[in-house]
Amino acid sequence: MDLFSAVFKDEDDLLKVTRQVRDSGYSIYDIYTPYAVHGLDDAMGLKPSKLSYLCFGFAFLGLIVAILSQYWIGSIDWPINVGGKPFNSLPAYLPVTFELTVLFGGVGIFFAFLFKAKLRPGKTAKLVNPHSTDYYFILTLEIKDSSFDSETVLSLCRQNNAVETKIILGNAL
Amino acid sequence: MSIYYSILRKPIIAGDKKLKDITDDVIRPLEQKPTLLWWVAFLVSLTVLLIGVVAVTYQIKVGIGTWGLNKTIGWAFDITNFVFWIGIGHAGTLISAILFLFRQRWRTSINRSAEAMTIIAVMCAGIFPLIHMGRPWLFFWVIPYPNLRGPLWVNFRSPLLWDFFAISTYFTISLIFWYLGLIPDMATLRDRAKSKIKKFVYGLMSFGWNGSARIWHHYETTYLLLAALATPLVLSVHSIVSMDFATAVIPGWHSTIFPPYFVAGAIFSGFSMVLTLMIIARKVLHYEEYITIDHIEKMCKIVLVTGGIVALSYGIEIFMAIFFGNQYERFMFLNRALGPYAWAFWIMISCNVLFPQFLWIKKIRRNVALVFILSIVVNIGMWFERFVIIVTSLHRDFLPSSWAMYKPTIIEIATLAGSFGLFFTFFLLFARFVPFIAIGEVKGVLKYGKLKKNLTSEGSVKANADVTV
Repeated sequence: MDLFSAVFKDEDDLLKVTRQVRDSGYSIYDIYTPYAVHGLDDAMGLKPSKLSYLCFGFAFLGLIVAILSQYWIGSIDWPINVGGKPFNSLPAYLPVTFELTVLFGGVGIFFAFLFKAKLRPGKTAKLVNPHSTDYYFILTLEIKDSSFDSETVLSLCRQNNAVETKIILGNAL
Repeated sequence: MSIYYSILRKPIIAGDKKLKDITDDVIRPLEQKPTLLWWVAFLVSLTVLLIGVVAVTYQIKVGIGTWGLNKTIGWAFDITNFVFWIGIGHAGTLISAILFLFRQRWRTSINRSAEAMTIIAVMCAGIFPLIHMGRPWLFFWVIPYPNLRGPLWVNFRSPLLWDFFAISTYFTISLIFWYLGLIPDMATLRDRAKSKIKKFVYGLMSFGWNGSARIWHHYETTYLLLAALATPLVLSVHSIVSMDFATAVIPGWHSTIFPPYFVAGAIFSGFSMVLTLMIIARKVLHYEEYITIDHIEKMCKIVLVTGGIVALSYGIEIFMAIFFGNQYERFMFLNRALGPYAWAFWIMISCNVLFPQFLWIKKIRRNVALVFILSIVVNIGMWFERFVIIVTSLHRDFLPSSWAMYKPTIIEIATLAGSFGLFFTFFLLFARFVPFIAIGEVKGVLKYGKLKKNLTSEGSVKANADVTV
């Protein structure tokens, strides 16, 4: 699949052109920005990330692991009488339970994010433009078939101060 | 949706910066050869660290009998330093998590370095309980794992074990949070790097980041979730540290206000340390346009608020001790204020309660030199707070025949100095090899408080009405 790419210098231009090309029915392949542009996910029509459910799952797992292991250790495997307190002293288990909930949730979500974003140490970054991590904003559109109206796209990009447009053949990304 | 065009808000970043200028400015210290000042500071820190290493080696070899502890005062310098460093370590995650949730966008200029400070401070703190174990090579016995000693488990009712879980969770989450923020900046460094080694190292550390908006979308969710998890974590860690004391029956420790009192104190001391470091860094690394006087003033306000909470806690503690009717509690507080350690008590009161009141004055908040001095004063005061709480509560116990005094030995002082050496050595290395300011985040707030350029000709009111992005 071929890609059409346009380079912008300002986030406002990018946001505007993103809305316009989407309204005109083009499908956005991806957008590369040097920082998280506020409102871009909305302009691209991205659905809210489902990672939050996953995070809840990890945190809940931490909670269960913490409560069960403390109960098993303190009441079943090796009960110790500490000042005559009950073996299953749940209130005393709360601090460790809380910490493990946060630990599982935090570590879990970090690795889930890396997995979801396909990021890993040593992976070679696929860049459309070497300055996209510094100061350029790059919009890439999918050219699915000959119905791709490059004239309209070009004029939209020009109206929004694109500094460079090009076609990437055979999806080198 | 977007609010950064409001004329009611002042820009966060001074000067008319473009995106590329931010990258250039922040990375400049990394691309230049280290200055003479850096070398001097580094070598001094390293020397102090080595003194600490010698002291620690000696006390591990000989035993903790090398400390000034006695039968009455079984806990003193070591735990004081531990609580002091943990407290310092509270500002970073507060800035990155709580201020993030409160949408305090000025945090972007200081969050990277404050988080690094947090991680290093927690490492410094971790050393002290490790040494106190006496046989630090068996430290893994505090981890509950199926072992061949029974299996013998840890006691989950012990606050010291809660502490182990709290500190290690805090360290892990802070590290993850810091590294997550670092990934996009590492990609920026990678794409600018000229030398092959740099390209390789930054390439390895940036995980193949290419700035895709789809990834940014998940990234922001992850960041928000980590912030939401880290916020109660910050509050829990020092609460649990305070329970090391509050669950004991010692007068002066056995107090229900300890958790909030300790948390406020931790943020108070942590922000003071951030101020100390930022005031030096902005000057030395020429970041005055990023860490502006406005940033310093805002941090001063947080110091003032948390200092107020600390002062209120002191007041409540003294009030309760005198009027509650517990004679031991009452004696202990009078002994703190008027006894042989009164000097430490009054250092604490003047540094933590009296001097921070100067921060009510706007002129002082905006005076960098005075703020610098006050931040160091608060740090000294907060160290003494822990010393006063720990030592004066123990040194005159229920049995007057065992009353005693505590004096740190040279070994203990060298260990404390060594922890400062470790702190500054690591912080200097951080400033040398990692972008000191979160480049990606600062770029995101660049337009904050500035008028939309192509609309200014039509009037600022129009520009503000036209903000739906």
